[in-house]
Amino acid sequence: MSGEKRNMTENGAFKIYKGLIIYGLICLFSMVTLQQAYASDAGDAQSFNPGDMINHHIKDAHGWEITHGVVVPLPVILYSESDGLVIFSSANFFNEAHQEVPYLGYLLSHEHISRADGQSVFDFSITKNVLFIFIDAAIMLLVFFAVARGYKKNVGKAPKGVQSLFEPVIIYIRDEVVKPSIGEKYQTYLPYMLTLFFFIWFGNLLGLIPGAANMTGNIAVTAVLALGTFFMTNFSGKKAYWSHIFWTPGVPWWLRPIILPVELIGVFTKPVSLMVRLFVSITAGHIVVLSLVSLTFIFHSWMVGFGSTVIVTLITIIELLVATIQAYVFTMFTSLYIGMAVEEHH
Amino acid sequence: MDLLIPDYGLLFWQLIVFSIVLTILAVFVWKPVTEALRTRESMIEDSIKSAELAREEMMQIKADNEMVLKEARVQRDQLLKDATVVANKIKEDAKSETAKISEKMISDAKSIIESEKNAALSEVKNLVSSLSLDIAEKLIREKLNNDPSQQQLVEKFLKEVKVN
Repeated sequence: MSGEKRNMTENGAFKIYKGLIIYGLICLFSMVTLQQAYASDAGDAQSFNPGDMINHHIKDAHGWEITHGVVVPLPVILYSESDGLVIFSSANFFNEAHQEVPYLGYLLSHEHISRADGQSVFDFSITKNVLFIFIDAAIMLLVFFAVARGYKKNVGKAPKGVQSLFEPVIIYIRDEVVKPSIGEKYQTYLPYMLTLFFFIWFGNLLGLIPGAANMTGNIAVTAVLALGTFFMTNFSGKKAYWSHIFWTPGVPWWLRPIILPVELIGVFTKPVSLMVRLFVSITAGHIVVLSLVSLTFIFHSWMVGFGSTVIVTLITIIELLVATIQAYVFTMFTSLYIGMAVEEHH
Repeated sequence: MDLLIPDYGLLFWQLIVFSIVLTILAVFVWKPVTEALRTRESMIEDSIKSAELAREEMMQIKADNEMVLKEARVQRDQLLKDATVVANKIKEDAKSETAKISEKMISDAKSIIESEKNAALSEVKNLVSSLSLDIAEKLIREKLNNDPSQQQLVEKFLKEVKVN
């Protein structure tokens, strides 16, 4: 897609283009495998249901299905009062024919684990999304320890390598997002904001890799991030913030009791909007890509397959942008809410 | 619909992992990184400031130099002017001194001439008196009979004396 730009003389730019090309190739390749997989299914006279396929992808699972039939089993961690903590591989829930079977008295049905005897059981399994939370965290630690090493090595010098790749982003978050939103006390919140931004960004990008989990498009993940925003906002709320909620200044007195519930609801809708926005935009992106891929199998035509591949590639490029924008928006709004909370009376 | 219901297992793991990553990164990465960035930024700012200061100092020094030069020029002009005045004065003084000396010399010469003249005159007078005495003696000795001729002689001598 950017072959005509190969004559870029600048090495760094070329590396980025090379990375993009490789990324694009991976996308194309995996779509081909996906199509082959479903094509074989179609041969078995099994009707293809795009809704099931898409739902299966965007939801969490106890095994990581990289492509059709290739499943990486993940540890299942269960806690119930009678058995205590039980850990086993999720592969035990399937027989050779890939059919769900009970194991140790536990049943797996639609990725929900229950006990055969009806007792309640708590599921803390390392699911596909949990695995991707771990991968996201591991990548963050790897990358940013390398960045920190760069700062230790090149003290007072120009950044180098991975350090120079992330320094503009770090400075952008600091100077354009956190500092103007929060104001003077931005330094207290900067570590959280940087972690938040890079966690969402890396998570979004990871999700775009075909076969990967829809981790940042899961409401539980975004809920935890939104809870962080909620607690940070309200715990750092100053007098001006609370007085604005409970006795809004600058409005007629009779209007204040009417505004009060609105403001109170606003305290909760702010983080909820963050939670839903990230979840929806990432999940929607995945649904769009998968729907376009499904068109091929609905029409049983390689011409449609070619067309949808082109469109999916373009959508994926847009998704790269969305991945960054959503990470930015989440960080931006968290900073703004905290900024409103810590603002002194003006 | 179950897409919208957060799974507690996932909530649990996300909370744990995110907290751990946040703590580790905050302590071992964000703190040193933001500090390094701050120090580097302040260093750059300081160097720019000091460069600006150095530039200003340079300008100041340049201005000072110019002023010193200007002052030196003024001083030089003043010195030259003073020197001319002094030189002129010396010249004038020398002139007047010379005039005085020459005047004095002239007057000295005049007085010497006068005294020399007087001395010469007195000598002449003495000579005349001795001559007249000699003449008288001779006249007396040559028997005073030839009256008119003697008278003529006396007159002739006197005439000679007065001329001197």
